[in-house]
Amino acid sequence: METTITESRETLTAGTSMDETRGLTYPRIECKNINVSYGDKQAIFDISLPIPDRSVTALIGPSGCGKSTFLRCLNRMNDTIESCKVTGEIIMDGENINDPDIDPVLLRSRVGMVFQKPNPFPKSIFDNIAYGPRIHGLAETREDLDEMVEKSLRRAGLWEEVKDRLSSPGNSLSGGQQQRLCIARAIAVRPEVILMDEPCSALDPVATARIEELIDELRKRYCIVIVTHSMQQAARVSQRTAFFHLGELVEMGETDQIFTNPRERRTEDYITGRFG
Amino acid sequence: MTDAAPAPFRNEKALKRLKKRRAADMRFKFYGMSAIAFALAALSLLIISILSQAMSAATYHIVRYDVVLDPAVIAPPGKDKPADVARNIDGFYDLLRDNLLQTFPDVQGNRLETRQLGDLLTRLAVLPVAKSVAANPTQIGQEMTIKVPLNDDLDLYLKGAVSPEARLKLGAVEQGIETTPGRVTLSGANAFKGLQSLIAAQRAEVGDAVDARSILVTAGKSTGRVVSMSADALEMDLLTGSASDFNAARPLARVIALPESQRNVSDDQIAWTLALKDMGRISRVPHFSLLTHTDSTYPELAGALAAIVGSLLTMLVTAFIAIPVGIFASVYLEEFAPRNRLTEIIEVNINNLAAVPSIVFGLLGAAVFLGFFGLPRSAPLVGGLVLALLTLPTIIIASRAALKSVPPSIRAAALGVGASKMQSVFHHVLPVAGPGIFTGAILGMARALGETAPLLLIGMVAFVADVPTGPTDESTALPVLVYSWATHAERAWEPMTAAVIVILLMFLITMNGIVVFLRRRFERRW
Repeated sequence: METTITESRETLTAGTSMDETRGLTYPRIECKNINVSYGDKQAIFDISLPIPDRSVTALIGPSGCGKSTFLRCLNRMNDTIESCKVTGEIIMDGENINDPDIDPVLLRSRVGMVFQKPNPFPKSIFDNIAYGPRIHGLAETREDLDEMVEKSLRRAGLWEEVKDRLSSPGNSLSGGQQQRLCIARAIAVRPEVILMDEPCSALDPVATARIEELIDELRKRYCIVIVTHSMQQAARVSQRTAFFHLGELVEMGETDQIFTNPRERRTEDYITGRFG
Repeated sequence: MTDAAPAPFRNEKALKRLKKRRAADMRFKFYGMSAIAFALAALSLLIISILSQAMSAATYHIVRYDVVLDPAVIAPPGKDKPADVARNIDGFYDLLRDNLLQTFPDVQGNRLETRQLGDLLTRLAVLPVAKSVAANPTQIGQEMTIKVPLNDDLDLYLKGAVSPEARLKLGAVEQGIETTPGRVTLSGANAFKGLQSLIAAQRAEVGDAVDARSILVTAGKSTGRVVSMSADALEMDLLTGSASDFNAARPLARVIALPESQRNVSDDQIAWTLALKDMGRISRVPHFSLLTHTDSTYPELAGALAAIVGSLLTMLVTAFIAIPVGIFASVYLEEFAPRNRLTEIIEVNINNLAAVPSIVFGLLGAAVFLGFFGLPRSAPLVGGLVLALLTLPTIIIASRAALKSVPPSIRAAALGVGASKMQSVFHHVLPVAGPGIFTGAILGMARALGETAPLLLIGMVAFVADVPTGPTDESTALPVLVYSWATHAERAWEPMTAAVIVILLMFLITMNGIVVFLRRRFERRW
């Protein structure tokens, strides 16, 4: 089973790596009629949202509008919350990943996640990155693993800063570095999609700028979905934006269009700061 | 206040409030500090009293005997096999007692004195000698130096624990003359004036009770008990030695406060002991036998080895059961179990279980392990099982607290890179919670180590003369040994009990030291 995953992933990477342009934006993930409820309380109402590949999709909206909940549907992190119930279809590679038959562990290895607060494992920098490849059996030899760690750190723009102290603990890094370490850790498992849940909310503006540069770099290879509270950030990094309000998807479209010429009144009110 | 010129920060009301608040702060600080001071004082009092008691048991007196291992006494024909020699306690005892009788020839013929002299030596004390000679039979017939503990009462006397005693160096004695057999008169100008005034002072204090006190006068190997005296002359019964020892000597007088009839040691025995000491045959040595001997009815022979080994075996059984079961139970409850009515009931009951008196666990152990499963009595296996039940709730509660304190972001991070639930728990949560879990486990074990009541009920209070070799052997444990020694009547057990308490405390301090070390070494920050 392990080998088939790797194979399918490689063919996929091989097939798509030819066109690096972001012009090709067929939906990587197609969400249809998603409803989420925590116990009796419904958090998300009937959301349908296509998510294009090789671009950044930003989810914006006021606190409690369900954007994080929606993001966590995409790698089924909501499974870990007992009272949470998700209905609807999330199609990825022609399969409904919301189906009970789908192994969430396999799904999460293909849909990586970066959290709001940097959360490196209390282990060395090297082990933080190597953990994913190790449990998924991605590296056969020590050299493979070393290479994988270096590549992931390079892609996360952290290699130059930490190459001399790979064995020091991950928490010894600064907040911004820790967050890039978490991004590197997510990349190391060779995901196709990366979910980011307010990745810069705990960082200062300089570190935020670095992460944003990194996101811009990463979108050439990955499908990225980012939840953010900062409208400037959404405008800076994303190509498509979806505006959530009270558990409903109010509007989605090209980022430029949403910010310059929103169709809905609520969107306009929100982005101009009239509420939220 | 609505003054015309308002002083917003320094008005009367505000200052009053400030004063009140400061006073409350001070009071609270004072309460806290006095509580700590009280706790520290109580603790140091406890430690000082135990240590001062135990100090006296840290050394003891042994007597040296230079004897020839006469085969006729210790290995008579027909009983000369090594096994017989090892068991020939009477033979060895006779050998050493005869040596004492030769040392004090004037005792011969007096049955009471002979018996009292023999009491300097405990019969069973020769057992290790008999065993070592039996193991090495070529020594039979050879000359040998044997060292045997002194009788516990005399040991206590030498340590000054039997009775208060006033000592006084007398003036120069010209000579001692044996007037009638056993009666000696000492003479010397003003030699006994000091002793007279000492007695007068004591008479003023306690009245005529002073007449019942023994006054022993010692010079070299000789000791006499004073019958009467004046400033220049003193008449005494010679207890041991000869009158000539007092010629031109400055004897030492001892006034023993406790009358002879109220002591376990007679004046004669004290005199012999002093003589042996003067001969250099008594020496005070570290009491290692406390750690190498097993229990005995004679305090000078008793040791805690069987209890130490018993405690270790019991703790091993407890650790092997309570720690894994406790950890798995807490990991399941904390990480995997659904939150519902059933787990809530289980949780409440585990907390209740931690509050159940330990003796109830003892009853349970006696009923279930001994009665139903038919496991052996007094065995560390059963003790360990009972203590495991006792510590289980403690370990589960501590482990759950440790698991709870692991930040959920670690779990999310592991799941986020595609780790399974199991992997996230075993690779990330458990290592982070590890120090906390082990702290709880060791503290639980420390509590178990000090438990007495449940062990009494499953029979671990039995007198055990052999070191247990396995968890099913008959055994006892350190706290139980403290209990049983503390219930003995003889005075000598008191310091011995304190010494065992010190050993027990050492174990506990070691365990707590491990906890501190683990915390320092493995606690991670994030």
